[in-house]
Amino acid sequence: MANHRFSQHALSEWMKDEGPESEIVISSRIRIARNLRHQPFPMLATNQQAKEVMEQLTEVSRSGKLASIGKFETIPLSELSELDRRVLVEKHLISPSLANESRCGAVILSDNESVSIMINEEDHLRIQCLYPGFQIQEAWALASGIDDIYEEAADYAFDEKRGYLTTCPTNVGTGIRASVMMHLPALVLTNQINRILSAVTQVGLAVRGLYGEGSEALGNLFQVSNQITLGQSEHEIIDNLYSVARQIIEHEKAARNRLLQESRIRIEDRIRRSFGILAYASIMDSKEAAQRLSDVRLGADLGILPAVGPQVLNELLVMTQPGFLQQTFQEKMSPEQRDFRRAELIRKKLRGETDHGGV
Amino acid sequence: MYCQECGKKPATLHFTKIVNGEKTEFHICETCAREKGEGIPGAPNSFSIHSLLSGLLDFEQLGGTGMGGVKQPALRCEDCGLTYAQFSKIGRFGCSNCYHAFAEKLDPLLKRVHSGTVHSGKIPKRSGGQIQCKREIEQLRRDLQAKIENEEFESAAQLRDRIRELERKITDL
Repeated sequence: MANHRFSQHALSEWMKDEGPESEIVISSRIRIARNLRHQPFPMLATNQQAKEVMEQLTEVSRSGKLASIGKFETIPLSELSELDRRVLVEKHLISPSLANESRCGAVILSDNESVSIMINEEDHLRIQCLYPGFQIQEAWALASGIDDIYEEAADYAFDEKRGYLTTCPTNVGTGIRASVMMHLPALVLTNQINRILSAVTQVGLAVRGLYGEGSEALGNLFQVSNQITLGQSEHEIIDNLYSVARQIIEHEKAARNRLLQESRIRIEDRIRRSFGILAYASIMDSKEAAQRLSDVRLGADLGILPAVGPQVLNELLVMTQPGFLQQTFQEKMSPEQRDFRRAELIRKKLRGETDHGGV
Repeated sequence: MYCQECGKKPATLHFTKIVNGEKTEFHICETCAREKGEGIPGAPNSFSIHSLLSGLLDFEQLGGTGMGGVKQPALRCEDCGLTYAQFSKIGRFGCSNCYHAFAEKLDPLLKRVHSGTVHSGKIPKRSGGQIQCKREIEQLRRDLQAKIENEEFESAAQLRDRIRELERKITDL
């Protein structure tokens, strides 16, 4: 089995650039869903049909039509171990459904992992573009360009009235899901988060945790995305998300300032304690790691822990996930073993990065 | 009360299961509930978008008109064989033709889920030309009707020729 690049590095190349508003917005993502007109959707496809779809759609990347976008690698899911799949999910490069349920599934990954194209997920084709920071329009421009290239090679299922036809009626129309991943510790600490999130859901947006549908908002990370895909144009959908996210950013900034003014010592204490525990603990479960890493990230943003770079924190976010941990140490682990290894890895990373071998 | 599965954490989920008249009570913690998975109603993660949708669809079937008693023929997609009843259970379409097969039922559902029922975004270039033509023909037909009513037969004839031209163009596309 080939050793894939993606499983060697927790931090995707695209994450290394710092985007606008990166203290609050970790990443911006666009995903568009497309299907072929003359094939049943993946759920009802026979193995033969699923194979045909995979061949037709992977041909686009294999024949170099995506060269203007970047360098791509086409990986059939059948070539990946269970652990590799899990790592891809943890890095947000494929969906859990492609990893676990797809038949004749494949992922087409760009060199810097900013673009991942999923074949035979819930829909025949799903194009995903990830950008660092708050760059949702940029992500859409890239995704739409890739969509145009695919359209030349594929007869899309499109209906004048309903738009792009999708397996799930919640995606029909534009087939677009735009989302921003936000770190909102100050809104959580000042108990404003629920009020804001319930307001957000009233304007046609949804809020989820780090790993999408049904996942908990661990580590104060919230994914805000559009719900509506039909009846609004892509630009309306993106503008709506953009302006709501912009307001949330302003609220979070105001809350951070207030925390600093009104309870500086207490917030400093919380951040330093979390750093201390991460830097010295022997056992660290994923929930505690997420929460304490959130504190440390806030500390780095507020200048309380200037030596910790945002890269380290983004890297740790992925490295401390169960799949990546097992990949790093090359062994299958029980949850207890993982908690032990996770603590070890965080200690190394945080102390190594901040005082170069001290303590 | 402690969780009856692990005995370590406090039980936070309490429910009663009745199978064939036999009653069983469960008191378990969230972690164990998650491990036991979907069998437990109300347990975290057992609630998917598809079950939510099928709830909406079932409501469509049961509620509303109150015209009970009249049995309608089962709605079925000719291309993939999916019936409307199956669709409303799983909340997913089987192929692109399902949208046509179930067209009469879709407006209420789409209205609930989205802000409208008609697409107003990007159009693929391939079928884009055709759609533009169709929209133009519709407009010309309305104009034609108006000309005829006003007895402006000369310009009506011109419009008719333009419509024919566009119709030929569509079949060529």
